[in-house]
Amino acid sequence: MEAAEAAEATAVEVVDLATTPLRELNQRLHDLAGSPGPAHWRVLNPNGAHAVACGLDADVQVEIEGHVGYYCAGMNKRATVRVRGNASTGLAENMMSGTVVIEGNASQSAGATGRGGLLVVDGDASARCGISMKGIDIVVRGSVGHLSGFMAQTGRLVVLGDAGDALGDSIYEARIYVRGSVAGLGADCVEKELADEHRAELASLLSQAGVDDADPSEFRRYGSARRLYNFTVDNAGAY
Amino acid sequence: MCGIVGLFSKSPEIEESLGEHLAAMLGQMSDRGPDSAGVAVYRDPAPAGSSKLTLWSVDRLQDWDALCGELRNAFGGAPEATVRSSHAVVIVGADAPEAEAWMRQAHPEIRIMSAGRTIEIYKETGRPEEFVRQFALHELRGSHALGHTRMATESRVTTEGSHPFSTGFDLCLVHNGSLSNHNRLRASLRREGIEFQTENDTEVAAGYLAWRLREGASLEQALEGCLDDLDGFYTFLVGTEDGFAVLRDPIACKPAVLAETDDWVAMASEWRAIATLPGAAAARSWEPVPGVVYAWERAKV
Repeated sequence: MEAAEAAEATAVEVVDLATTPLRELNQRLHDLAGSPGPAHWRVLNPNGAHAVACGLDADVQVEIEGHVGYYCAGMNKRATVRVRGNASTGLAENMMSGTVVIEGNASQSAGATGRGGLLVVDGDASARCGISMKGIDIVVRGSVGHLSGFMAQTGRLVVLGDAGDALGDSIYEARIYVRGSVAGLGADCVEKELADEHRAELASLLSQAGVDDADPSEFRRYGSARRLYNFTVDNAGAY
Repeated sequence: MCGIVGLFSKSPEIEESLGEHLAAMLGQMSDRGPDSAGVAVYRDPAPAGSSKLTLWSVDRLQDWDALCGELRNAFGGAPEATVRSSHAVVIVGADAPEAEAWMRQAHPEIRIMSAGRTIEIYKETGRPEEFVRQFALHELRGSHALGHTRMATESRVTTEGSHPFSTGFDLCLVHNGSLSNHNRLRASLRREGIEFQTENDTEVAAGYLAWRLREGASLEQALEGCLDDLDGFYTFLVGTEDGFAVLRDPIACKPAVLAETDDWVAMASEWRAIATLPGAAAARSWEPVPGVVYAWERAKV
């Protein structure tokens, strides 16, 4: 590699949203999907703006210094996005691949409908974390709010703290692991045995998320009782 | 959608510039509610033995001085109207219930937006940025304030249908969400003697709180009653003479964020409204837990 190219690869591209329009930032990040550019970005003064670093499709690293609004890192592909603050509704919603790490708290519907990749929440996530997740892995160091894992189809949701009410309501084949207390399980969600394969799966997820202070044996596993998959004539009266 | 903001001052600097901060917060919530905007500002208490009314007239040429003359004849003193766009604030030489009763009887065509000792409510249809300019919000000093930007879903876009709604003397309510049992609840509250002026769902929530408070409930009890008696989605922000309170319905589809520093407490639908405040980046911030009442009050001297 030439010296100039090496310098470009290690240089950090700084974008200050106090002076640069958000659309310009996102356009420049989107352009990386088709042509090479800086591999490391720092975004300053997000001040709760919506859709920061949304729709990325490149092997880049984006660090956001501050609180973000709705849908931050939504639809993310390949990129690594780190937020040094809190996020509003829909963090990393419909993520396809890559990694999103939030050092603060995430509001509602974090990781909603995510198809792949890893979402790590260092703080708490509020209601409906991982709603309708379809393959994403989510690791929350703190607690999650009510209706987390609602209709979760595939993927893994790991919670080191507590879970709110109606956890895993109408869940399909996603796996939920909780270390703390569960306020209540949703319809058709039941506790399942934590076998060796699950402990191994957990150990791998925790390690990917950079968590080295939790023992997989401390968790409980929850999943679908599969009683809602087919129509039961006994339930006919309920319709 | 709708946007909500609230700011409670803990320092003289914030009190001095309350209107300016309120305007900035409201501006950030403009695209959540471009139909109408409104604020309740708690400021300049009326002297003992008198009360403060905020009045609104559809008649742009309303003669407020003539009204003050009538109020002088009725209650004495030297009532003066401070006109702010389509609204006027009048200090009346009588207590709030008496002043309000007189206005209703003598001038049913004039709408009473608020009544009490310190509250002033201003609200109007149109873009929030325009509202802020039209009512010169940046001029207003005060101890605390609430604001709302409206995107109507349940009823017509009118001045009366805008928020905040008065829920009693020095009390008001702003709401993000929609209520589904408001028709039946309105009918039963009417039987309890609560009056309604619109078909608006939030006015029913305001009427519900007014009724519970009238029946002796504390503000906290009245708000907790909402969890049982209101069906629908809501984040409520309630203003009182001494502070404000926040409540979200248990499902919590509507957003809310709270933040606090040594100088202020703020509530908003979204962080970007709070981000306009001095020291926001270092503020302690959190999302209010659904179904839990949060309240701040100024220490009573």
